[in-house]
Amino acid sequence: MRKTRRLHVAMALFTSTLLGFAAAAWTAVPVVRVVKVSAKRYEFRPASITISRGESLDLELVTDDVLMGFNAPDLGVRSNIVPGQVSCLRITPQKTGTFPFLCDVFCGSGHEDMNGSITVVD
Amino acid sequence: MHKTIDRRQFIKLAGLGGGVVFASGLGGFSALAQAASRHGKKASGAEEDFYFVQLSDTHWGFSNPVINPDFAGTLQKALAQVNALSPAPDFIVFTGDLTQTTDDAALRRQRMSEFRDIIAALKVRDIRYLAGEHDAALDQGAAFKEFFGDTHYSFDHRGVHFIALDNVSDPAANIGADQLAWLGADLAKLDRQQAIVVLTHRPLFDLAPSWDWATPDAGKAIDLLMPFEHVTVFYGHIHQQHHHMTGHIAHHSAQGLMWPLPAPLSVPKKAPVAWDPAAPYQGLGFRQIESEHGVPTITELPVKA
Ligand SMILES: [Cu+2]
Ligand SMILES: [Fe+2]
Repeated sequence: MRKTRRLHVAMALFTSTLLGFAAAAWTAVPVVRVVKVSAKRYEFRPASITISRGESLDLELVTDDVLMGFNAPDLGVRSNIVPGQVSCLRITPQKTGTFPFLCDVFCGSGHEDMNGSITVVD
Repeated sequence: MHKTIDRRQFIKLAGLGGGVVFASGLGGFSALAQAASRHGKKASGAEEDFYFVQLSDTHWGFSNPVINPDFAGTLQKALAQVNALSPAPDFIVFTGDLTQTTDDAALRRQRMSEFRDIIAALKVRDIRYLAGEHDAALDQGAAFKEFFGDTHYSFDHRGVHFIALDNVSDPAANIGADQLAWLGADLAKLDRQQAIVVLTHRPLFDLAPSWDWATPDAGKAIDLLMPFEHVTVFYGHIHQQHHHMTGHIAHHSAQGLMWPLPAPLSVPKKAPVAWDPAAPYQGLGFRQIESEHGVPTITELPVKA
């Protein structure tokens, strides 16, 4: 009986320690906003994304069509967008302005109009 | 057969044609010519003068009259002007986007077939073809090869080594490891003084990546070309003249023959320059490229109404 109680106390301590760590970890990691961007011939949805300077944003790039590309050259990021996969691209822009992005994998007759922009505000 | 042209005669003829001789503010050709004569160093092998004609971005099959009301006749006008050149050029090169892109593989071949029929009017029959992404990106160059042959190759003409590079058959616009290996092997045979002309569709430098005016792995081709002292690149894709230097390597884009595009990044969104009824065909044209001892001089010729 005594043995069991001691064990319970130990377990409770152990659990609270775990929770403590978890809580610490939770507050230490900043929450990253996720924006799902879907590419289809011949547009991105959404085509305009707004973000604060210094904020991190995870772009989740998806397509049901053919192989596409997401390229924001002025922000130094690009990724293929592969049908059936989620491609994650993190951006943390340090400068304000409007930065274009485009599909850089020739995907069909409307490919050249397939673009959008990321606006970074203070 | 010798067709050596007197340089002054050539410039005079070009002048009569309403052309503008390109004198590079960037120090491209003229600096190269000066440097060559200063050091008594000419491009080796290229002793004979000749000229060729570059036409680009004809986009056959495009049919928006707001952008070009003469979409069905501009190419033929340019060809008539080429046929009127005297003396005739040694050869003619089309640097890509011969046809307007289409998702329909049968229509793509129809446009290529029509293009081939139209350019049969050219009197000069030595014609070299490069693909643009409009021709080749959706089928990795399959239809283009059926009609116009390989998408990359090299040839020698009167002492100048010409290299045609394909940066469009890959939908991501890379030259690719295989072609780069081929380029390395092709260059390995050459003297460092050899005059080299590279023909390609997209710029081999980062002109405006956000407008898709770049070739992702172009730097690897430039690295291979850099040891050669006389390298000039002629390309298309951007539908306007543009002149740029990467070290001593000069890059010159040509005007198109369907619609002009604005200067790089000069407007928020890349879109055709509107047709001006007061100045029809403005911004459309082709060029003569004269090689004098392997040093090229460009003469731009506008399409005449
Ligand atoms: Cu092009
Ligand atoms: Fe083009």
